[in-house]
Amino acid sequence: MSGAILEVDAISVSFDGFKAINKLSFNIDSGELRAIIGPNGAGKTTFMDIITGKTRPDSGDVLWGDKNISLIKKSESDIANMGVCRKFQKPTVFEDQSVNDNLTMALKNNRGPLSVLFYRPNQADQEKVDNIATDIGLSDQLDRRAGDLSHGQKQWLEIGMLLAQDPQLLLVDEPAAGMTLDERNQTVALLQRAAKTRAVVVVEHDMEFIRNLDCKVTVLHEGSVLAEGTLDHVTKNQTVIDVYLGR
Amino acid sequence: MNGPLIKFLKQHPSVLIFLTILSMFTVLISIGSEAFGYGFVSTSLVKTLGKTLCFCLIALAMDLVWGYCGILSLGHFAFFGLGGYMIGMWLMYERTRLIVMESAQNAQLPMTTQEIQDAIGTQIFGVVGGSEFPVIWAFSHLFWVQLLLVILVPGLLALIFGWLAFRSRVTGVYLSILTQAMTLALALYLFQNDSGLRGNNGLSGLQNLPGLEGTAQSVISMWFFWGSAFALGMGYLLVKLLTESKIGNVIRGIRDDEQRVRFLGYNVEVYKLFIFTITAIIAAIGGALYYPQAGIINPAEIAPIASIYLAVWVAIGGRGRLYGAVIGAAVVSLLSSWFTGGQAPNIPLGFATLNWVDWWLVLLGLSFVIVTLYAPKGIGGLFDKLTKGGTS
Repeated sequence: MSGAILEVDAISVSFDGFKAINKLSFNIDSGELRAIIGPNGAGKTTFMDIITGKTRPDSGDVLWGDKNISLIKKSESDIANMGVCRKFQKPTVFEDQSVNDNLTMALKNNRGPLSVLFYRPNQADQEKVDNIATDIGLSDQLDRRAGDLSHGQKQWLEIGMLLAQDPQLLLVDEPAAGMTLDERNQTVALLQRAAKTRAVVVVEHDMEFIRNLDCKVTVLHEGSVLAEGTLDHVTKNQTVIDVYLGR
Repeated sequence: MNGPLIKFLKQHPSVLIFLTILSMFTVLISIGSEAFGYGFVSTSLVKTLGKTLCFCLIALAMDLVWGYCGILSLGHFAFFGLGGYMIGMWLMYERTRLIVMESAQNAQLPMTTQEIQDAIGTQIFGVVGGSEFPVIWAFSHLFWVQLLLVILVPGLLALIFGWLAFRSRVTGVYLSILTQAMTLALALYLFQNDSGLRGNNGLSGLQNLPGLEGTAQSVISMWFFWGSAFALGMGYLLVKLLTESKIGNVIRGIRDDEQRVRFLGYNVEVYKLFIFTITAIIAAIGGALYYPQAGIINPAEIAPIASIYLAVWVAIGGRGRLYGAVIGAAVVSLLSSWFTGGQAPNIPLGFATLNWVDWWLVLLGLSFVIVTLYAPKGIGGLFDKLTKGGTS
């Protein structure tokens, strides 16, 4: 363990009086693979919204990196450029553009309009795109329109777009949703590979998928941490069984 | 410098096809013109076609901002009009000055500079009951400065308006309403007599180029026709270069999923602002070429409805494809001037007469509804279907 890369410190947020997140605190270590589970409305997606700058918390702080930079006042694009990348629940790729264009757009490069305007495709970048495409199993699909990919392939493409940004923390919301068993296993392997060089946080409902990920699990309930530990540990916890598993 | 451009043209033959058709059309009109050819194209038709080319140019801008970047601006005619006003100020000042100077030569006593200035002021602003030059006319005697203002004034307005709107994350229909409010506010301001731009009289006599009184309108109209064709060709190339580069991918991404682009680390607002401003400048150049051909500009030109028509042209032509925007603007605006110009024969229906001047708008509205429902990709989309059907 090389210390916490992300510190979530007592954040709370409420929408119209409903406390979506209630004094939530936990740490993610760099290079850690972590699964987050919890019943619907436990605040899983809201907590991702807060980390990535989409939602501002009412109180608390989110500290990032070695320098403990606070993320809560930064814009979405700044946070993304600092190395926190996010996959949405519903696969969101640019359907009208080719797989290659999708990945090239995501590739870590200067994001200013002028440097993008005068960007010229080059060999080094194409190699990076090819490597990522191989990693996500889409190397023979580069010229296809992203909208023509299967649902599972779109999920992989989106994960690939995150990898292209070379982030230090990957937030992945329900990557296995709508996938076949075979695709799920490949996704597990993909996320485990990604977690070798960076921290990966996976929000998922599918217990089998989480068992395969073989990592530390955090259980959220009503906006705060209910239990934390190995999957076996948390599934033996009586409260967890009552609020989540026992339903 | 030539290398990459030629490579680009080879990759996108549609640009070459467009430029070839545009050049052939220009040559055809030149051969037919009264000034340089056989005279089967009347000067007024040359002016109509030249103006249509300017409409095609602003339609390109609209397609870039709406069809590619997803910002439904209903205010781009404000920039078109401002471009016209900026060049109109020089045309009007300089021509009036020459007229005053001419009459000064016949005067008994030589006029002082102040008297000349007053005489010009009275000539221009007498109609709104003034003779003082407003501050905004400070550079109207300098052609190059006014030419620069054609780009600067609309560009700056777009930059400030866009910054305020995009920074607050105003999107969709709310942004469209804001742009309508912008063009309406500008039009209402210009309607005032003390706006400094002659209120509802607007600027007139713009078809006469100062110092070229001896040159026939048939010749001048061809100059502007060539200028408009050149601007359209360059505009097409520029917009195509933008849309087919990486920035084109980013702005299409913003159109399809703004949030995803934001989470990829792109500052969406900066990109929107860039596209909004650059399209405003393209629109302004179109306006600066249009109004000297129209001869007159007044605030009614930038009424909110004008920008809505612009959206209708692009929708009917097919947004998201540049030739679609050009076709839409050309077809609809030419049909519009044919129907409303009284040339279209009225159709007697027995109980009533179908008067096209009145019914053209109904026809336009109906075709807009039909296109939206049955051909959402517009005329350009039908074109796509035909070519794909033909080759496969």
